Amino acid sequence: MSTLEIRGLKVSVTTENGDVEILKGVDLTIKSGETHAIMGPNGSGKSTLAYSIAGHPKYTITGGTVTLDGADVLEMSVDERAKAGLFLAMQYPVEVPGVSVSNFLRTAATALRGEAPKLREWVGEVKGAMEALKMDPSFASRNVNEGFSGGEKKRHEIMQLELLKPKIAILDETDSGLDVDALRVVSEGVNRAKENSNVGVLLITHYTRILKYIKPDFVHVFANGKIVEEGGPELADKLEAQGYEEYVNA
Amino acid sequence: MTSLQSNVLEIHTPQGREEAWRFTPLKRLAGMHDGSAVASLLNSLKPVQALPSGVSFDTVEADAFSPTDDAITQRIRAFSKTVQRLTISKDTEIAQPIHFSRSMRDLDSVEFARIQIVVEPHAKATVIFENSGDLRIGEDLEIQVGAGAHLTFISLQEWGASSIHAARHNAVVERDATFNSIIVTVGGSLVRLLPTVEFAGPGSSAELLGVYFATAGQFFEHRIFVDHLVPQAKSRVNYKGALAGQDAHTVWIGDVFIRAAAEGTDTYELNRNLLLSDGARADSVPNLEIETGEIVGAGHASTTGRFDDEQLFYLMSRGINSADARRLVVRGFFTEIVSQIKDQVIEDRIMARIDDELAKAGAING
Ligand SMILES: Nc1ncnc2c1ncn2[C@@H]1O[C@H](COP(=O)(O)OP(=O)(O)OP(=O)(O)O)[C@@H](O)[C@H]1O
Ligand SMILES: [Mg+2]
Repeated sequence: MSTLEIRGLKVSVTTENGDVEILKGVDLTIKSGETHAIMGPNGSGKSTLAYSIAGHPKYTITGGTVTLDGADVLEMSVDERAKAGLFLAMQYPVEVPGVSVSNFLRTAATALRGEAPKLREWVGEVKGAMEALKMDPSFASRNVNEGFSGGEKKRHEIMQLELLKPKIAILDETDSGLDVDALRVVSEGVNRAKENSNVGVLLITHYTRILKYIKPDFVHVFANGKIVEEGGPELADKLEAQGYEEYVNA
Repeated sequence: MTSLQSNVLEIHTPQGREEAWRFTPLKRLAGMHDGSAVASLLNSLKPVQALPSGVSFDTVEADAFSPTDDAITQRIRAFSKTVQRLTISKDTEIAQPIHFSRSMRDLDSVEFARIQIVVEPHAKATVIFENSGDLRIGEDLEIQVGAGAHLTFISLQEWGASSIHAARHNAVVERDATFNSIIVTVGGSLVRLLPTVEFAGPGSSAELLGVYFATAGQFFEHRIFVDHLVPQAKSRVNYKGALAGQDAHTVWIGDVFIRAAAEGTDTYELNRNLLLSDGARADSVPNLEIETGEIVGAGHASTTGRFDDEQLFYLMSRGINSADARRLVVRGFFTEIVSQIKDQVIEDRIMARIDDELAKAGAING
């Protein structure tokens, strides 16, 4: 049982015109097995929240705390956060030229498990994970995300989620750019991870269609750098019908 | 001897202001450029295995295939009338690479070496020079790729820390012939290579690939010249370099000349550099001169950058520590070219050397 606790998180980025505060005090608690959906308008700071938890160097934490089972996440380096059990499926996964998917996955699994997985079992594990996400085996020898289509990149992220078995996963718009079949395949991957390892999920999305597959326990409305309303799944339907106007102008 | 002396007198000693020498620290050339070096014929280049049939390696008296204005090469030619010549005879196809190595250590003398590789018409071979000793060497390598022939030439500079290597690798590529080269420079104090190509017949093509990695105090210069003298020739140049450590200095010059007669030319050259620490300097100068508009394509690109934060973040967000992430990114950067060597032992050795150089330079603990 794990708990990710975010308290009063304030984050800014450095721009040409000085520092700009983007997160203005975020409070959120995610426990193993729970699924939290975050919905909110473009530019409200959802990705900033995701990146800040994962430790992207671009963001400066100016206030608040993030802990995982009591351990101070903000003190950890990026890789330490992953080792502690955090995972971020990125909105825009990064291309890494010359590094093959299989080499990347094995290096990551070795780092996270503390020892190199046995080759035989590992090959089977990767093959299974790729099959489950309907990825062609040829992806293993391609360079990480290089030349992948948008949807292929997202499948690759969820394949990593299944292989690397984090305690808490943040999925930043994993559903954006997926066709209907891919949406189902990717959602099934997330649901398998929930079933198999009881991962706690923070799902950032613009659309209720993914919530038909991945049932959220909580829905949070994000606007102007903070959570402005919380509710159950019914809140998502209300947002879809009415938009964010009442929150943005609040 | 008189003719030799008169030759010597004609050689212009570089002063350092000349375009071809403006980056090179002349003081570190052991006198190869100004005639003060006491040169010897060390013949350090040795075949690694018995040569296959259809292949010979002999010492012969021979003139140069074509003139050059490179002062060191002129001095080498003035010094030695004999050449070590590797010949791959007509129509011979050699599947296995032909390996030569220079593995001796001699830092007292300066070797002047004249080598010729003659690939006769319609022959096909891969020749690998593995330079791993510690030498001070001026090398005049002339390559002739006959009509319809195919040569892949790989030169590995895995020199010891004190080596000085100044070389001109000139390839004359005849009609319908293919010349591919891969240059790897990861060792030595000063390495200055002039890979040059003269297209001598239509339908010819050349691919010049290279990687280099310079750490503290090392100077590596790769000065490429591709001369499109004839119509319908194709050239591709792709060099990738990394630098780390105080006063690591690399120079890449890519001169491509498309002459008026060279209609139908297709050329592209690319140089990318990764600056992995402060205090290092990468000079990169692509230069295209075009005398005819009737070409298929001509382009060049040059980039110099640092570690990509987004790549490192992505890898680290999967639990990979910073040092391993940097190693992966650097290996990935070089893989495109190193994997073209198509010899697993050599590829692994080069990658391991790159890992070592990275660690030595402290460039993985950012
Ligand atoms: N380097 C920067 N300079 C200026 N503004 C920045 C910088 N980085 C981020 N921002 C701003 O921070 C705000 C939040 O961005 P963020 O990516 O977190 O939004 P988001 O909620 O994920 O939006 P979307 O739904 O479009 O993905 C945006 O207004 C963005 O322009
Ligand atoms: Mg976003």
